[in-house]
Amino acid sequence: MVMLKTVDLGISFGGLNAVNSFNIEVEEGQLYGLIGPNGAGKTTVFNLLTGVYKPTTGRFSLAGEDLTGKSPTEICNHGIARTFQNIRLFKNMSVIDNVKVALHTRMKYPLASSFFRFPNYFSTEKRMNDEALRLLEVFDLDKHKDYNAASLPYGKQRKLEIARAMATNPKLLLLDEPAAGMNPNETAELMETIRFVRGEFNMTILLIEHDMRLVAGICEKLTVLNFGTELASGETTEVLKDPQVITAYLGE
Amino acid sequence: MKKLLKSKSLIFTAVLIIAYILISVLIDQGKFTRSQQAIMLRMCSNIILAMSLNLVVGSLGELSLGHAGFFCAGAYAGGYFAVHAGLPLTVSFIIALIIGGIVGAIFGFFISSSILRLRGDYLAIVTLAYGELIRSFAKIIPALGGTRGLIGVPSLGSRGDQWMYMFAVVIITFVLISNFTRSRHGRAINSIRDNAIAAQSIGININRYKVMTFTISAFFAGMAGVVFAFFKGNVEPADFTYNLSIEALLMVVFGGMGNLVGSIIAAAGITALPEILRDAAEYRLLIYAISLILLMIFTSNPKLVELRKRFVPKTLFASRRKEGVTNGNA
Amino acid sequence: MQVFVNFIMDGLNLGSVYALVALGYTMVYGIAKMLNFAHGDVIMVGGYTIYIVFLQKDMGIAAAVIASVLICSVLGFVIEKLAYRPLRNATPLSVLITAIGVSYLLQNIALLTFTSELKLISSFIKLPTFNVGPVRIEGISVLIWITTLVIMVSLNNFIQKTKTGKAMLAVSEDRGAAQLMGIDVNKTISITFLIGSALAGLASALYIAKYQKIEPYTGSVFGIKAFAAAVFGGIGSIPGAALGGILIGLIEALAIGYLPDSIRPASDGVAFAILIIMLVLKPSGMLGKTKIEKV
Repeated sequence: MVMLKTVDLGISFGGLNAVNSFNIEVEEGQLYGLIGPNGAGKTTVFNLLTGVYKPTTGRFSLAGEDLTGKSPTEICNHGIARTFQNIRLFKNMSVIDNVKVALHTRMKYPLASSFFRFPNYFSTEKRMNDEALRLLEVFDLDKHKDYNAASLPYGKQRKLEIARAMATNPKLLLLDEPAAGMNPNETAELMETIRFVRGEFNMTILLIEHDMRLVAGICEKLTVLNFGTELASGETTEVLKDPQVITAYLGE
Repeated sequence: MKKLLKSKSLIFTAVLIIAYILISVLIDQGKFTRSQQAIMLRMCSNIILAMSLNLVVGSLGELSLGHAGFFCAGAYAGGYFAVHAGLPLTVSFIIALIIGGIVGAIFGFFISSSILRLRGDYLAIVTLAYGELIRSFAKIIPALGGTRGLIGVPSLGSRGDQWMYMFAVVIITFVLISNFTRSRHGRAINSIRDNAIAAQSIGININRYKVMTFTISAFFAGMAGVVFAFFKGNVEPADFTYNLSIEALLMVVFGGMGNLVGSIIAAAGITALPEILRDAAEYRLLIYAISLILLMIFTSNPKLVELRKRFVPKTLFASRRKEGVTNGNA
Repeated sequence: MQVFVNFIMDGLNLGSVYALVALGYTMVYGIAKMLNFAHGDVIMVGGYTIYIVFLQKDMGIAAAVIASVLICSVLGFVIEKLAYRPLRNATPLSVLITAIGVSYLLQNIALLTFTSELKLISSFIKLPTFNVGPVRIEGISVLIWITTLVIMVSLNNFIQKTKTGKAMLAVSEDRGAAQLMGIDVNKTISITFLIGSALAGLASALYIAKYQKIEPYTGSVFGIKAFAAAVFGGIGSIPGAALGGILIGLIEALAIGYLPDSIRPASDGVAFAILIIMLVLKPSGMLGKTKIEKV
C-alpha cells in the first residue's frame, strides 16, 4: 500500500520557488531518505507535509486520504508525526510529561475530570503513564523520566523527540536530520533505534539526512532535492551512483 | 500514605486548612485589630486573583494586563445579583460566586477569541485595553450606578463569618486550579508555553487551549471580584484600574511564575505589606517596582541563570524537577 | 460644519503629538525588538522637568525644552543600560515585565516627589491664533505640525543615509549577522534609546504647550495610545508611525467630540476601543511587513 503520495507539491515565498513540483511515493513500512545540499528545500517539504506551510501547488495524501490544506493539528490526528532539525522539546516539562502530552489526543478525559479528578482521571492518567513509560523504555530514556527535558544530553534529547512523535501513534514518521550534531557512536546507536522502531511498530519513515553513511546504511529508497527540484529518485544504491547527484554534492 | 505525603499540593492543602481553622479561632477570640481583619479578607480576593493570573502567565506563558477587567466584571455581576436577589446570605453568596465567575468567563472567552493572532507584547497591550474598556463600560451603565458605583452589597456577617466563607473559596480555588494544572489539559497548555510549533505538531489545538486558559482564568478572576464585592460592600469603577492588574502580576512574578503556592504566599505578603510597613507605606510601590526589576534581572539574565545553576546544589534542582511528575501520580 | 472642522483640527494636534511619541516606540521596537513600556513615563518625566525649569526656576522656554530633551535622553540611556541590557537574550516575557517594572518605578517616583495633584503649566509656549477662512488655527498647532514633520523627515534621512542609521537597520534585520559584520550591537541599541528618548523629551514640551498640565499618570495612558499608533502604522516604519499617530488622533477627537453626554464618562474607553480594533484587525500594520516564522 502507498502510505504517502505527493503530486506536484510546491510552494513559493515571494516569487521564489522553495519547492517545485515535488513527487514522491512512500510504501507502507518503507524507510525512505530525502537528501540534498543545504537550502535544497528538504525541511520545507516537511513543513508542507505537516501543514505548517500551505502548498501553493499540488496535493498530498496519506494512505489514500487527501490531507492538502489541513491544519497541523488535523494532520497530526490523521497520522503524520515529525521531529525537528533544531530540537523542539518542551523544555520546562519533565521527560515523561513530554511524551504524555503527545498522548493527549489518544487518551482523553473531559475537562471536568481535570478539575474534579473523577475516577476516569486516575484510570486514564495511569494508562498514559504506562504507555509513556513503554515508549521511554524503547528509547532507553525511562531512567530519566522525572528529569527536565532540557537537562538531557543532546543525543537523548533527539531520542526523546522521536519518542514524543511516536506517542501520537502515527502512520508516517518524518525525521528531520535526526543525527545532526551527534558523534559517530551516537549516530550508530540512533541507526539501531530507527531500525528497531521501524521493525517493532512497522513504521513508515521519511528521513532527511546529511550523514551519507546513515542514509546508505538504513534507507531503501532515496529522493535527492536540489534548489527545490527533484534531482534523482530510486533505490539507494542506484541514486548514490548517479553522476548528477555526485556533482550536486561534491561540486564540479 | 507515603505516596500521599509526596504530593506537595496535598500537603499545602492541609496547611491551608490548618491556617483556615487557626485564623478563624483567633478572629473569634478577637486577636486581630479591625484593620488586620480587613486585610485578611482583602487577601482572600487577591490570592484568588493571583492564582487565576498564574494560569495565563505561568502555565500559558502569555502576559495578561487585563485581569482587573475580569475581576471588575465578576464584582459587578455578583454584586448586582446579591443587591437585588434578596436571598439568604449563604445562598446569595454561592450563587453570586457562580454568576460572577461565569460573567468573567464570558468576557474571557470573547476577548481571548478575538486576540488569537496576537502574542507577547501585542497581546499584553490589547488585554490592558480590554480591561480598561470593561471599566469604562461599568461607568456608563446606569443600573450599575455609573461612576458612583454599586452600593449595598450585603455583608456576610461578622469579620469572622466573612473569613469563613471567603477563605473557603480560596481553598477550593487552590484545589481546582492545582488539579487542573496537573491534568492532560494543563500539560497541553504548558506545552504551548514551551514550544508552540512542537505542540501543534503533536496535535494540540493552540487556539482552543489559549481560549480555554483565558476563559478558566477569567472565571476565577470573576470569582475573586465577587469575594471583593462582598467584603467591601460596594463596588466602584475606581477599584479596577490597570494598577490592579499590575499588582496581580507582581504577586505572580514574586511567587515564581507557574508556582501556584508561590502565588498564594506572594499575594498574602503583598496584601499584608502596607500593614507591616506602616511607617514606610508610601515607599511600598517604589519598593515593589525596584524589586520587580531586580527579580527579573536575577532570574532571567542568561549569565546569572548559568551562574546559579553552577552554585546551587544539584539535588535541589533534581527534586524540583521531579515535583510535577510525582504529583501527577498521587 | 464649523464644529466638525474644529474637531478635525483638534485631532490633527493630538495626532501630531501621538506621531512624535510613536516615532520613539517604533524606533525602539523596530531595532531593539522590545516594547519599551516606560516610554510614556519618560515623557511624563520630561513634563515635570519643564514644570521645574520653566515654572519653579523661571528659566525660560528654551532652557526648559533643552532640559527636558537632555533629561529624557539620559534617562532613556540609563534605563536601557541598567534594566534592559542585562536581559538582552532573555525571554520576551521577562523583558516585558521588566519594562512594566520600570514604568511603575518612574510613576511612583513622580508620585512621591510631586504627589498625585495635577500641576498646571498654563503659560508655557504662547503663540497667536489666526483664522484661515472659517477655520481657526492655533499657533501652537502649527508649531506641533512643523516639529513633527521636520523630525520625521530628518529621522528618516538619518536612518537611511548615515553610518549609524544603517547600523540600526542591520541590527533590526538580524542582530547576530550585524554583530559578525563588526557592528557594535549594544552601542547601536544605546543610541536608539538615546534618540527615542530625546524625541520623548521634545514630545513632552509639545504636550505641555498644548495641554498645559501634568500628573504622574499622564505618560502611561498617552504612551499606550501612541504605541497603538505605532503598531497601526506598521511597527518599525517611520512614515507609518506618523500616519498611525495622525489617524488615531483624528478618530479619537471625532469620537469624543460626537459622543452623547450619557457615555461621556467612558471617553477614555474610546481610545482603548480604537487600540483593540487596530491591533486585532491589523497587527502587522498599514505599512509594516509580515514575517514568516522559520520552523
